[in-house]
Amino acid sequence: MNPGLFPRSVVVAIVMVAGTLFVACNSAKDAGAAGDAASRVYVAPGTHDELYAFMSGGFSGQMSVYGLPSGRLFRVIPVFSQDPEKGWGYTEETIPMLNTSFGFVPWDDAHHPEFSMTDGVPDGRWIFINGNNTPRIARIDLTTFRTTEIIEIPNSAGNHSSPFTTENSEYVVAGTRFSIPMFENQDVPIESYKENFRGMLSFVSVDKEHGNMDIAFQILMPGFDYDLAHAGKGPSADWMFFSTYNTEQAHTMLEVEASQNDKDFIAAINWKKAEQYVAQGKAKKMPGRYAHNVYDEKSHTATSTMKDGVLVLDPKDCPDMIYFLPTPKSPHGADVDPTGEYIVGGGKLATVIPVFSFSKMLKAIDAKKFDATVHDIPVLSYEAVLAGEVEKPGLGPLHTEFDNDGNAYTSMFVSSEIVKWSLKDFTVLDRVPTYYSIGHLMIPGGDSKKPYGKYVIALNKITKDRYLPTGPELTQSAQLYDITGSKMKLLSDFPTIGEPHYAQALPAELIKEKSVRAYKIMENTHPHVTLGEKDTRVERSGKVVRVYITSIRSHFKPDVIEGIKVGDEVYFHLTNLEQDWDTPHGFAIKGARTAELLVMPGETQTIKWLPDRPGIFPMYCTDFCSALHQEMQGYVRVSPAGSSVALKHNGLKQ
Amino acid sequence: MDRTSRLLLATAALLLVGTFVLPLWQIELEAPQYPEGLGMNIFLHTVEGASPNDLESINNLNHYIGMKRIEPDSIAELAYMPFIMAGMIVLGLGAAAWGRRWTALAWVLLFAVLGVAGMIDFYIWEYNYGHDLDPRAIIKIPGMSYQPPLIGSEQILNFMAHSYPGIGAMIAAVSGMLAAWAWWRSRPRPPRAGKLQRLDNDLGRNVSPN
Repeated sequence: MNPGLFPRSVVVAIVMVAGTLFVACNSAKDAGAAGDAASRVYVAPGTHDELYAFMSGGFSGQMSVYGLPSGRLFRVIPVFSQDPEKGWGYTEETIPMLNTSFGFVPWDDAHHPEFSMTDGVPDGRWIFINGNNTPRIARIDLTTFRTTEIIEIPNSAGNHSSPFTTENSEYVVAGTRFSIPMFENQDVPIESYKENFRGMLSFVSVDKEHGNMDIAFQILMPGFDYDLAHAGKGPSADWMFFSTYNTEQAHTMLEVEASQNDKDFIAAINWKKAEQYVAQGKAKKMPGRYAHNVYDEKSHTATSTMKDGVLVLDPKDCPDMIYFLPTPKSPHGADVDPTGEYIVGGGKLATVIPVFSFSKMLKAIDAKKFDATVHDIPVLSYEAVLAGEVEKPGLGPLHTEFDNDGNAYTSMFVSSEIVKWSLKDFTVLDRVPTYYSIGHLMIPGGDSKKPYGKYVIALNKITKDRYLPTGPELTQSAQLYDITGSKMKLLSDFPTIGEPHYAQALPAELIKEKSVRAYKIMENTHPHVTLGEKDTRVERSGKVVRVYITSIRSHFKPDVIEGIKVGDEVYFHLTNLEQDWDTPHGFAIKGARTAELLVMPGETQTIKWLPDRPGIFPMYCTDFCSALHQEMQGYVRVSPAGSSVALKHNGLKQ
Repeated sequence: MDRTSRLLLATAALLLVGTFVLPLWQIELEAPQYPEGLGMNIFLHTVEGASPNDLESINNLNHYIGMKRIEPDSIAELAYMPFIMAGMIVLGLGAAAWGRRWTALAWVLLFAVLGVAGMIDFYIWEYNYGHDLDPRAIIKIPGMSYQPPLIGSEQILNFMAHSYPGIGAMIAAVSGMLAAWAWWRSRPRPPRAGKLQRLDNDLGRNVSPN
């Protein structure tokens, strides 16, 4: 400052006042939304966030899309659960997406979103997510933000360690949380667990160009619980690491019975070797029924194909394919650092965080430093593969991600904190509380070769007093921390849908320009498309009535239909003729026991309607589309079965 | 005309080839709901949306005020304007080949008359679209018409309409100026060298006229 401009006493006074303000700000509780933190998460109205975050919806079965750092919710993508708002799982086109070998399953428990990767870095093409309960993997297209494929995983139960991907998304994996009896011999006493129950690790191939999934092969494993996984990268790219617990093989009261062994395992699977064994014909074709559902963006229609039979590798026929790394106390996370050298186990009940060295693992394998062989799988010596242990990290280490400066961040469920530690000397550098009971955490790109860094997000299970109460059921939450400095700093927290088990984030630039604005109507190949009002019509064939109806601001064509009879099966095939940005139309009809339609510009969607009584049934547009939205309505007349009222409508094709 | 003037006239005629592919006029529409903007490009032979679906969107919006659809196929001018322009190119090249000075002037004048006629026609076209409204229009505001400005900006309900020449029109203007210059510079004059000499003498310099 120029000392000539102000008398010295004024300068001193200004500095003192500023200092007082600074101290006052810093002393605010948790520094949650104070001063600097508020400006870090403030994204001015009309401006865009720096990152997209995709969070699992947990028991909602869906996936949510947020902006970071603002924490603004943009969209809930329906995946495994019916969503009447979007007609998902209600329209004739989307019902097949929820088909399984058990039939139509309208719900699942969605845990782990995972981006498709190219060279170990998110490529912004697709995001995968697992269905835990009825084992499935879904693929979401990041140009449409829509679920375009769901594949069921046969010979599986509790698809938890999924859908983690290899470095170039050659595979997404699916590991069984529950071991179960496999193949023909399923009706067995539960207490015969140790003889009859087995685990299964599935490798689901991903088509490089179109992303289509296929069950490439499965590996029959000992009857443990397989919890989480992550692929190696760089030098370890050929390997996939699965954490296990319940190596005690208990079948009841697991909270006690599965917590007895000092060490469970991380299973290191050489998937390149597994591929070779499959190519050599070592895999046996085994039974396994599963549904494979694909949504076509041109016909706007899903098809479900039932398949049977999978190729299964048995480790006893496949030497040098799997090794166990002994890992303390029921590990959750099996996380690989950006260089691919370190594998971090998150032992839920452990007092240390073990860090394994991939290069030491290879040496130990060469030197055959095995402590034992468990179910035909060699167990490597703990000391031989250990790079180091993080001492006194906190209680309940679960999951670790990484920044781009050689640091790791581990979530601590029991002590409810994030612990930052160094990959150089495995010492704790910083810790910060979470509110409360963090499960996973997520650093944008933090499970990839090139972490984007800047933030870590805590995904919390419990919120109690953090927000205004909403009765007994409270929201879960995400908390955003700044990790650019030496100390982690809480910036904000925001509620989430369902339970956010895990999340992924990437720079918005990677996908925002590719976002589809409307489907091209002339490319619409739906079998019941209406390519213009001139083709609007109603056709009857026996009891089946098909209404070829269009929407454009602000009317339906036809909007007057008579001659429908009780007992008819009426299909409204609504084609939205709009081609403008952000112009969906909705469609609802009184008494429909299904849901509404929400039809994007250029798209055709169908709702089936079974009129059960005579009368006049209003229909209308549900998505406020224009100034004359309230005028966007029509009437359907239903006459008694056997009535002589003729089919009549004001469509343009009579 | 000397060789340079004839070349200029030929260039002026050939420049007009550009008007076959570049828009003559542009109309842009801004409204709160259209942060991305809507626009129409008017070519010699057609009217296109600035973005692929803009024309359809504009037509869809116009139905609220009862305006006729803008259908390029039914606008007669768009059918014959390319022939007029092609004729101008042929005439210009012919005049350059023939080399008589008056042909350059005649070409410029013809071009100017056609340009003014085109603008008048465009105005009438805009007037008709803006005034010839469906009596059963959804939105009717007494005394309100929806004629876009010929050139400049105007607020029409929730839309701010901007109308201005496109690159094609600018090329046509440059073409006209080149032809006028060809005519002007080939006017009868005293010998160039003498003039230069006199000028240089006035300035007190002595430059050899070479």
